[in-house]
Amino acid sequence: MSAGAEKIAVTVSEKVVLNDLVTRFQFKRTDGGSFPAFSGGAHTVIEMKDGDMTRLNPYSLMSNPLTPEFYEVSIRRDSEGRGGSMFMHDQVNVGDEMVLSYPVNLFSLDLRARKQLLIAGGIGITPFIAQIKQMSLMSGNFELHYSVRTKSLGSYVDDLTDQHPNNVHIYYDDQDQQIELEHLLSGQPLGTHVYVCGPKGMINWVRSTAESLGWPESSIHFEEFLAPQSGKPFSATLAKSNVTVDVGEHESLLEAIERAGVDAPYLCRGGACGQCETRVIEHDGDIKHHDHWLEDEERACGDKIMPCVSRFEGKTLVLDR
Amino acid sequence: MTIQFNDETFKDDYTFKNSKEALARFPFPFHEDSYMYSVNLEPHVTSRPGSVYEMGFDVDEHYVSEMRDRAEVLAQDPLRSQSLPHMTLAGWDFLELVMENKSKDYPDLFELHKDGNKWRWINKPLGIDDTFTFLDETTLPYGPLEYIGRQTQGDHVLLDQREDNLWADAGIVTTQADWSLDFDIGMNFFQWHAPVPLAAELGVFKRALKFLMNIQLGAPARRLNWTMTVNPLLDTSPENYAEWGIQKTEITPETIGSKQHLRVELQTLWRLPRSNALVFPIRCYLASFEDIATVPKWGRRLHRVVRDIPDELATYKGFIDNKPLMLDFLSKFDDGLPTSDGIWPDIETEPPLQK
Repeated sequence: MSAGAEKIAVTVSEKVVLNDLVTRFQFKRTDGGSFPAFSGGAHTVIEMKDGDMTRLNPYSLMSNPLTPEFYEVSIRRDSEGRGGSMFMHDQVNVGDEMVLSYPVNLFSLDLRARKQLLIAGGIGITPFIAQIKQMSLMSGNFELHYSVRTKSLGSYVDDLTDQHPNNVHIYYDDQDQQIELEHLLSGQPLGTHVYVCGPKGMINWVRSTAESLGWPESSIHFEEFLAPQSGKPFSATLAKSNVTVDVGEHESLLEAIERAGVDAPYLCRGGACGQCETRVIEHDGDIKHHDHWLEDEERACGDKIMPCVSRFEGKTLVLDR
Repeated sequence: MTIQFNDETFKDDYTFKNSKEALARFPFPFHEDSYMYSVNLEPHVTSRPGSVYEMGFDVDEHYVSEMRDRAEVLAQDPLRSQSLPHMTLAGWDFLELVMENKSKDYPDLFELHKDGNKWRWINKPLGIDDTFTFLDETTLPYGPLEYIGRQTQGDHVLLDQREDNLWADAGIVTTQADWSLDFDIGMNFFQWHAPVPLAAELGVFKRALKFLMNIQLGAPARRLNWTMTVNPLLDTSPENYAEWGIQKTEITPETIGSKQHLRVELQTLWRLPRSNALVFPIRCYLASFEDIATVPKWGRRLHRVVRDIPDELATYKGFIDNKPLMLDFLSKFDDGLPTSDGIWPDIETEPPLQK
């Protein structure tokens, strides 16, 4: 089962440059219909037709989830990346038709929580924007701690502080402001859940601090989508389909499999959900695991790969696909 | 589509009966001449017009009487409908799913009119015409799950998804095959399946859970499950075992054809949008052995399945004691001819009974 078995044809209805790094895109249904409601924290996969290449990149939805009239995402320009965000920033304009997947949520709120403590870094704010809209409509109890580099790069800082002056706390890196995490976490009432979305270092910091303070694992939530990394080109043989695919420098193994017309399952395309796990029948070389799904023992065995983010260097790679 | 609704009972005098049309669309659960567990899930897409797979939420001739039976069970035992506090949003999602599907699939029976969050719901078979505010519980006579559950055939369990597991945190359950919502509420997927024999060893549960957690919005799944019930009793609950358990000892060679029923559950699974929960409708269909045996293919196959089923399964499904009696009856409908693949009756193509 592939993510977005169900897809939605959309038209870009707004493109708003927020600052030097982040641009917001709004989509309306091309057929004029209404969008499916979703849960705060859900993402959609955007299909980008860039020449003869199709990219499928996941972005958190940030519009009102309960009764959405449109879908919105905010995309950070990543000039070091493989080009998906650059394509959106530079090539996509109002009026363009695109295809989105139905929403999928791998970072949903635990609705049992007495209080939701949200910790965001940079573009990691986007899933929280939909969650905050959801909680505002359902009188949920939340607190946001949002760390940004500078005032000018603080996407949505003004909106959030205007609408929720008592619940939103902003920290500016260039003013040496830092979240006092230990103090923050140790002062929470029982029944609080903590959510973190941001750079890998921030996620690890929040997780390890919460764990060391005795927070139960089930009360700590994080979303870490990895963008697939570029790397040396390599080849893979798909045994069941009886084809060999060449994976380009800026292409993921999953994208190469799809380009060959082979249907492969996926959900997050970011190494997190486990859906694309594929058995390695044979390999002579190094599997470059970049996911955070496989356990260390499974990596040591070398019989599984997550083709959405992981790569290969060596002579032969044969997959059960 | 016009449905003639039966006036019938599922207890005491048991006037429940399948019309010829209802029997023709009965979801016979065996696709081959034997049975073993499998993760037999498939997409719940419209297929075979007229069959129980045509609509998202099937409405049939038993609808009105089943809803009356449900109301009576709930009046006696309100704990058959429960929803933990965090599941209210999922209840609204489910209410919307049912109302949208039924008004689209049966426009002559159900109507939904939306004006923003102000909704008007018309259910003609049950004589309901209510206006309420979506997401405002105070505007309905029950919580959203119970409100729509009282108008929808089948049991409904809402599963919260968290901690890489599914949790049965709400439900309305009055047509169950011997399990209790009040006992299972709050349990996770492995906990509520603990009584099922053999399946864990086969690795069925781990694979099924992985599949279920990946069910996506707009792409529901379904499977059939089955058991045996003496008399057309919908409410075979542990709470009332003292009343119905004894009935299993009361069948005789003369009454088995009319009293013994094959009980089939059409189980579907749907991702809910706002809550990210799943809803698990378990829809019960009953058919007597003598009705099933009028379909030559089903008569042959049911005999072979019951004859060859492992004892653990016959025990778990509660019919091991009556198995010899069942086989005496069913063997009369098995002439040893081969059967066609799949669950459908194939009346036109399968030969009549050769004895």
